Amino acid sequence: MAGRVNMKLFYGVLVAIAVVGVAAVWTASRSAGADTTQLLDAPVPVNASAFPGYVMGSDAAPVEIVEYADFTCGACGTFTILQGPDIKQRLVATGLARLRFRAFALNQSSLLPMHAADCAGEQGRFWEMHDQLMFQQRDWMSASRPMRMIRDYARDVGLDLDAYDRCMEDGRFMNRIIATRDEISGMNIHQTPTFDIGQIRVSGAISYDSIKVLVEKATAQTQAGGSE
Amino acid sequence: MTHRMVTAVLALIGFFVSLYLWLWKLGLMGPLVCTTGGCETVQLSEYAVFFGVPVALWGVLGFTSLLVVSLAGLQNRWVEQRGPTVLLAVLSAIGVGFVGYLTYLEAAVIHAWCQWCLVCAGLVTIIFLTSLVTLRTWPAVRAQAQRRGPS
Repeated sequence: MAGRVNMKLFYGVLVAIAVVGVAAVWTASRSAGADTTQLLDAPVPVNASAFPGYVMGSDAAPVEIVEYADFTCGACGTFTILQGPDIKQRLVATGLARLRFRAFALNQSSLLPMHAADCAGEQGRFWEMHDQLMFQQRDWMSASRPMRMIRDYARDVGLDLDAYDRCMEDGRFMNRIIATRDEISGMNIHQTPTFDIGQIRVSGAISYDSIKVLVEKATAQTQAGGSE
Repeated sequence: MTHRMVTAVLALIGFFVSLYLWLWKLGLMGPLVCTTGGCETVQLSEYAVFFGVPVALWGVLGFTSLLVVSLAGLQNRWVEQRGPTVLLAVLSAIGVGFVGYLTYLEAAVIHAWCQWCLVCAGLVTIIFLTSLVTLRTWPAVRAQAQRRGPS
């Protein structure tokens, strides 16, 4: 009798796992947007140069925080939401550090969002688009047509949409994005977000406090180097 | 025959994790859910294919065989037989060797971690250890199965 009850419970558990598994896979497949497939035809770079990245903050800041990130990386989105405001207000705005963002495409589906950010950058609105893509990451990544949603962000941040559309159709930054990805891969960086702060490299969505400590350490090293 | 139930449950979980990775590889999924940040790097690397077959598909096949053997081992005909547990130990030993190799690649060659791969590695390792413990204590396990009678 106990054996029968156990077996009923066991098969019940198996069925429950199967139902959850099928539902999870089905949900994940629904987020495969129709216009992500065109990313698979991304052009091969031809004599493109890597891009040094977008910089926020003063050239006179003693330390530079270089962030290597991908707009499709969940940890990058989390980092931007949780730590981004503190970094901007308490480190960049105060002149303690400047922030350099280098887009590191982890996969094919990273390319078009990055290209959209570059098209915004062409109109001087990179950081606004960056924030939209990171803060709304879950929304556009799970949308059936993510690029349509990203175009809405482009309008929201005040881009000239005709110029944006031309930029996207031309794919004028795609080679640069791929060349940058290849350069960063060659720097032994394989995950995002990764940060270079002075001579120190750290990976993961680390806390503001950790970044502040590293900035102070790098500042001390810079000052010690300057006084020698 | 608790160990075969445990194996079936773990194998079913492993099956769905592997299925997710395989369907992603086929382009049928949305962006890969990944908290470690390195899943795509691992999945897009040259090491994500083994003998011309995506590693994730090997996972699907491996966990399916573990599931089938463990469920067969729970049927009246096999429940008191040692054979299914031996087969589970052999299959999971191959799995442990394979995931050990893949985990080494993640750590030392690719330098990126895929959380889903680590989950699969953990599952197959637990299945292997469970099978080993069961084989070592087989007389007691068999006696318990006989006391419980047919299921």
